Amino acid sequence: MPRPYALLAACLAFASAPTPSAASAAPPVHLPPSGWSQEKQAVHVLNRLAYGPSPASLAEVQAMGVQAWIWAQLHPDTLEDAAVLAKLSNFRSLQMTTAERLSAYQPEAKLAKERGVDLTDPEARAKLLEEMPLGAMPRQMGLELVAAKLIRATESRRQLQEVLLDFWFNHFNVAAQKGAVRWMLASYEREALRPHLFGSFRALLGAVAHHPAMLFYLDNWMSTRDGLDLAALRRSNVPVPKKLAEGGKLGLNENYARELLELHTLGVDGGYTQADVREVARCFTGWGIDRPRQVGTFAFHPLAHDGGEKQVLGTTVPAGGGMDDGERVLDLLAASPATAHFLARKLAQKFVADAPPPALVERLARTYLDTHGDLSSVYLALFASPEFWSEQAFDGKTKTPLEFAVSAVRALGGSTYGDAPLVKAVDAMGEPLYRAQPPTGWPEVATPWVNAGALVTRINFALALTAGRISGTQVVLPSEAAGSSPGAQVDSLALRVLHTPLSETTRATLLRAVGQGENDAMPDGERRPLDSAKVAGLLLGSPEFQKQ
Amino acid sequence: MRPALSFDRRLFLKSTGLAFLGLGFAPGFLARAVAQTTRHRRALVLVFLRGGADGLSFVPPVGDPAYYAARPTLALGRPGAEGAALRLDDTFGLHPALGPLLPLWQDGALAVVQAAGLQGATRSHFDAQDFCETGTPGLKTTADGWLNRSLQQLPEPGAGAFRAVALQGTLPRSLQGAAPAVALDGLSSFHLSGKGGLDSFEALYAGAVDQALRTTGQEAFEALRATASADLGNSPPDNGAVYGKTPLARRLQDTARLLRAGVGLEVVATEMGGWDTHVGEGGATGQLAARLRELAEALSAFARDLGPRLADVTVVVMTEFGRTVRENGNRGTDHGTASVMLALGGGVRGGRVYGGWRGLDGPGLFEDRDLAIRVDVRSVLGEALQASLAPPDLSSVFPGFSGSRVGLFG
Repeated sequence: MPRPYALLAACLAFASAPTPSAASAAPPVHLPPSGWSQEKQAVHVLNRLAYGPSPASLAEVQAMGVQAWIWAQLHPDTLEDAAVLAKLSNFRSLQMTTAERLSAYQPEAKLAKERGVDLTDPEARAKLLEEMPLGAMPRQMGLELVAAKLIRATESRRQLQEVLLDFWFNHFNVAAQKGAVRWMLASYEREALRPHLFGSFRALLGAVAHHPAMLFYLDNWMSTRDGLDLAALRRSNVPVPKKLAEGGKLGLNENYARELLELHTLGVDGGYTQADVREVARCFTGWGIDRPRQVGTFAFHPLAHDGGEKQVLGTTVPAGGGMDDGERVLDLLAASPATAHFLARKLAQKFVADAPPPALVERLARTYLDTHGDLSSVYLALFASPEFWSEQAFDGKTKTPLEFAVSAVRALGGSTYGDAPLVKAVDAMGEPLYRAQPPTGWPEVATPWVNAGALVTRINFALALTAGRISGTQVVLPSEAAGSSPGAQVDSLALRVLHTPLSETTRATLLRAVGQGENDAMPDGERRPLDSAKVAGLLLGSPEFQKQ
Repeated sequence: MRPALSFDRRLFLKSTGLAFLGLGFAPGFLARAVAQTTRHRRALVLVFLRGGADGLSFVPPVGDPAYYAARPTLALGRPGAEGAALRLDDTFGLHPALGPLLPLWQDGALAVVQAAGLQGATRSHFDAQDFCETGTPGLKTTADGWLNRSLQQLPEPGAGAFRAVALQGTLPRSLQGAAPAVALDGLSSFHLSGKGGLDSFEALYAGAVDQALRTTGQEAFEALRATASADLGNSPPDNGAVYGKTPLARRLQDTARLLRAGVGLEVVATEMGGWDTHVGEGGATGQLAARLRELAEALSAFARDLGPRLADVTVVVMTEFGRTVRENGNRGTDHGTASVMLALGGGVRGGRVYGGWRGLDGPGLFEDRDLAIRVDVRSVLGEALQASLAPPDLSSVFPGFSGSRVGLFG
């Protein structure tokens, strides 16, 4: 993944060309003057390029300097992260190939069939489940995947990498609950997404297009040229989807082609037609999976491929191109100005504002085209833009449930094993991880996340977290500083969580909530200890903490 | 059509509204309750059976010998015998586990649609549920759901937090979109943990800079207060209704509580799982029968609880697809096409099976395996909408759809 330095330098109009030896000393990140304090700058980058400030990360940014920290985040391999990697080493399902997962985590029904167990007999079923070691059930894969995501988001020093993985997973969404996808998810993240987060968009797009998780999720593995003979397909050992074998029709499936154009590249207003969707689908016929329930790797099935000539977005894809037809389409799409614009807008929406300034989007799209889709160049242009450092951008985005939960743990210097209570909390707030059903993924804008039930759930999570009731996830509450008044303690806790002084009204509300008046010390000066867990809960549940 | 009276909000004013005034709370919620007494909409309650419920066991065509040929072990006996289907008409019976619903059928409050499905849909749970909820089969990127689009057409800036409620963990696709909707797992868990937090959080949110958070906070705290002050999570059922301990019973009980409390409830979406009966489906007893009993008991308790107020509610029960006509080698059924829908409550022309029967060969059979669609799901949903919320423009609730009329409501 380390990218050639020369490429990075060439991509950055505003950067002086670094040399490897000088790199750590003089990071090529030039920020526009914001007039902000060092702390405010640090809080802002940690809100956007990370899952919120933690005491340690805040200290790290301030020690390194904001520029150097951003540069390091863009080069995650330069950041030592052994503690987190060690914590993840127990999750064996995450290291397995899809085939290994398919064999290690067999569905209950398959096992029942092998052993001739009638699953409708409650006793027989219970016995089977008892005999299946807990760690060998398919749900174990989901537990490990989600736990690892939460651990990394909370504790990894490579914060931008985790933020971007979440962003691109969501951009190229697949859902664990669709058929064989859950066996393919570890490989999808590990092999299709992670290696390409900081590289060229074309490489990322290609890796996703080839990955069985996407081929399965959007049905491309079932798509064949029209009029294909089922018997011929069987004779050539091409796996025939069960649905087809049961009497369905062979032929073109447009699902992947449509989402590729609409969601992955050009955008819904990207100027393509229904005819383009169909032609693109023809190009991708034969892009399939080698035995999805046993092997689960990419396979091209020449027999299923439509060998004729295609017209895609005004370009002729000549007959006889075979598997390369798909590659041609990906080349075309990755180089399109519509794609540049669509991705620029989505990134600006993620990192700057729900309604990003059009001028920023234009500049980012230009950077994308000038660098042939080099993602790091686009990120850097974004992080160095005046819009990113504008007063409107500061605290201008509403946190998603994942961002809220993880930032709450981080704010109080906490840590997590990603155990069920934290997972369930994120679920209950409306973002069950890896289970966004539609190909659009989770929404990036605030509106869908802000509703009464979800808000109450967020508040209850804040109270439970600070009260120590989210087992497997710990936070650190400050111990009472000797001699300081309740008011001073509330102020200090608020600064730590919100990084801004409290208004008088809010301060009074918080003190009242914990039954502390400013002047109600006993005559001898003794005070009831401040319920700092409750104050922290109120701060994390406050409207200010929902923003980043 | 008789006007569907709103729930007795005067009672609500007495029990909760005055309490608000007395305690000096913002009367916005109260004002809305007053305003809503002038409106006459039925509430719409949608129950989604996830997994693909077997319509041919729900409402078996006991008058057709082909049914018995296709299902040697699963078919239910002809009405009259022990454990047999209950008689609906000459063609159809009702699964015996659905017995608790028979009185509603006899009263004309319950109607059945046989062979309902979504044209151009799919046999994938995932896609089929999605299409049922967006209301746009074949189009995967529709951003909002059909229930939400209906609410968007009836903007009500002052509507309370409980106008549209999903009684399940997350907001289903049908309720996603620009119109506000609340998802909560149940009223008994809809409260702030700990003591005294409500006032503090209310004060914090009243001062929120972010307008959406300020508004939503206000809604949430109003809803919390309404829930708490009427002790909604504990309000007992009326008319001696007894709810079971099942998730659906709990959710329908909460629905009845909200309806009774007059909090401006117009839409409820909820769900029930366990319908994907590939293996060992069972007949008069067994796996499917247990699910059916759970469904019937919950609906029956709900109807009893509401009593005459059932006329102010339209309940629709649906599933994403039906199952294969022929049973498979595991004494179960596989993913199919058309299934059953139920309509219960106000305005329903009940006691009838709509859709009809065309046998199990020829036009009645789809792709030589499934029950063919007689009625588009959207026709039923559209008519239920007209009988309840009455959004002015159904064609944008179900874009591109112009199905034929079923005549389910009158």
